[in-house]
Amino acid sequence: MEPIRDIAVVAFAQSDHRRTSDELSEVEMLLPVLHEVLDRTGLKAGDIGFTCSGSSDYLAGRAFSFTMALDGVGAWPPISESHVEMDGAWALYEAWTKLLTGDADTALVYSYGKSSPGSVRDVLTRQLDPYYVAPLWPDSVALAALQARALIDAGETDERELASVAARSRADASANSHAQLRGPVPQGDYLVRPLRTGDCPPVGDGAAAVILAAGDRARELCERPAWIRGIDHRIEAHSLGVRDLTDSPSARLAAERAGAFERPVDTAELHAPFTSQEVVLRKALRLGDGVRVNPSGGALAANPVMAAGLVRIGEAAARVHRGESDRALAHATSGPCLQQNLVAVLEGDAR
Amino acid sequence: MPEALKAPLVVEFPFTRSLGPVQSAFLTGLREQVVLGVRTADGRTLVPPVEYDPVTADELRDLVEVAPTGTVTTWAWNHEPRRGQPLTTPFAWVLVRLDGADTALLHALDAPGPDAVRTGMRVRVRWAAERSGTITDIACFEPYDGATAEPAGHDGRFEDMVTGIVAPARLDYVYSPGRAQTAYIAGLAERRTVGERCPSCRKVYVPSRGACPTCGVATSERVEVGPRGTVTTYCIVNIKAKNLDIEVPYVYAHIALDGADLALHGRIGGIPYDEVRMGLRVEPVWSEGGRYPDHYRPTGEPDADYETYKEML
Repeated sequence: MEPIRDIAVVAFAQSDHRRTSDELSEVEMLLPVLHEVLDRTGLKAGDIGFTCSGSSDYLAGRAFSFTMALDGVGAWPPISESHVEMDGAWALYEAWTKLLTGDADTALVYSYGKSSPGSVRDVLTRQLDPYYVAPLWPDSVALAALQARALIDAGETDERELASVAARSRADASANSHAQLRGPVPQGDYLVRPLRTGDCPPVGDGAAAVILAAGDRARELCERPAWIRGIDHRIEAHSLGVRDLTDSPSARLAAERAGAFERPVDTAELHAPFTSQEVVLRKALRLGDGVRVNPSGGALAANPVMAAGLVRIGEAAARVHRGESDRALAHATSGPCLQQNLVAVLEGDAR
Repeated sequence: MPEALKAPLVVEFPFTRSLGPVQSAFLTGLREQVVLGVRTADGRTLVPPVEYDPVTADELRDLVEVAPTGTVTTWAWNHEPRRGQPLTTPFAWVLVRLDGADTALLHALDAPGPDAVRTGMRVRVRWAAERSGTITDIACFEPYDGATAEPAGHDGRFEDMVTGIVAPARLDYVYSPGRAQTAYIAGLAERRTVGERCPSCRKVYVPSRGACPTCGVATSERVEVGPRGTVTTYCIVNIKAKNLDIEVPYVYAHIALDGADLALHGRIGGIPYDEVRMGLRVEPVWSEGGRYPDHYRPTGEPDADYETYKEML
């Protein structure tokens, strides 16, 4: 289904993603990214029609941090604003729907995550079913390892292939100055078997921001806008034991609804924090060998939780802006073992 | 530039959660060493049981007993157990499809090592010695090569049903307040109050969080303010806070320190509570070893003119 209004990603900026950022509060980490994304379009904060952000206070244990982050936007006089306790990709979805309604012509979307103050493996257990699962404290690596084992047992992959996903991602990231892990990284010991440290994303802090604009406004603000041809998100049952962990029907359905299967894409930015999840997504999203997957290095090179999905959309859009892609798929995930998935299809005008 | 401050921060809370009828029966069953599933309209048995069908959203209430034995559908070896996890020695995370169930339950498997674990292996429930109606009434699973246990056909009705759980949660952090707040706290250590000026609107924020919320730009120019200030508004506190050794009633006030464009808050002392007023001039009182002003007291100056602080109300 064609969107009722042409909306594009017209600018993208991100921080350098780093293991720690002790010297910066969240708003201090975010501020330069907001300024950079606005500078790319020449817009001022007051020109933006709608602002939407994604973050989670649990990451840094800092209550209401998202309201303090608003200090970086310049929210006075009062702006039209919203927040999701999700990855910024879902904030972008909300902003996209706001622009579809015609209430706004431009939107600022940002997200940030500081995982360094806490233990993100344990923090993420708090998003699980509070009755049957969270009391067992199964950490995020353990749950991903259960999925990886299911894939290996099903003959869908093996540890060697997983290692090659890790190596390719970090090699690609050597061209990405923002990435946290760049170049060769040892595959390492088992963290939770069958996943080794190399199969897992780095833990770190970072922020990202995107500007959306509709129609002619987008053409004014960007030489080659990355038009959102479709975007959709779908979720699966929360109980891991009712899902087929070797597949991702929600990613496939989101891709179908976003129109991803109508024509081949040349590039895909996948939010696969674990190597095994790239295997699942390649199958679900029907990505052939001709598709350039995660030229940025993906989440295996930098995984600022709550921003890594928005970074995928931003990276895909930036490739369209630069003329390196004509049709790109961007994916974001949330929850354990790819529970919830968002897919966007971005296109540049013919050159 | 002072070195970034850091301090441990523990966020801890006992979440009290009520249970729906299916969850109540399941968790009561665990207390009684009975594992219950719930039947869906298309004849599948879900274990652990849920209140609503994950596919059709139908309300589910048809409880059926399943066996405490089952088959591992996937596993992951956890050689370094973390706090709160079911076992303190290395174990396997497992999804187990119990005999009689069509879906799998997440738990721990006590096994000597990863070589002793495989998908398809048979396991059984090891019950916790003390059970109260929580998922941890299953202590873990253990390898099992005996016959399938036959469920007794329990209907899910028990004496003294469990209707809620208390799930304690604790997360440990190392908090760092960032550049601007570090500078503020470092100033307080020298009994100085330091704010930051916005380069755009020139307002001085105390304490500064690093950005001007009106202009959306970084604040960086340090400005010492106070120590004296003006009460801009206040309230009278009549309820004693837990662990707070202050006699009620007392006054809590917004105080605009001289040179600041934003009021901070503090307790007012050294004056009867019913004599505090807007415009009262105050100064900080530091206690021995205190890291911030204990309270503010009147300076004895004439009250400030309303025009001087009305923008900071």
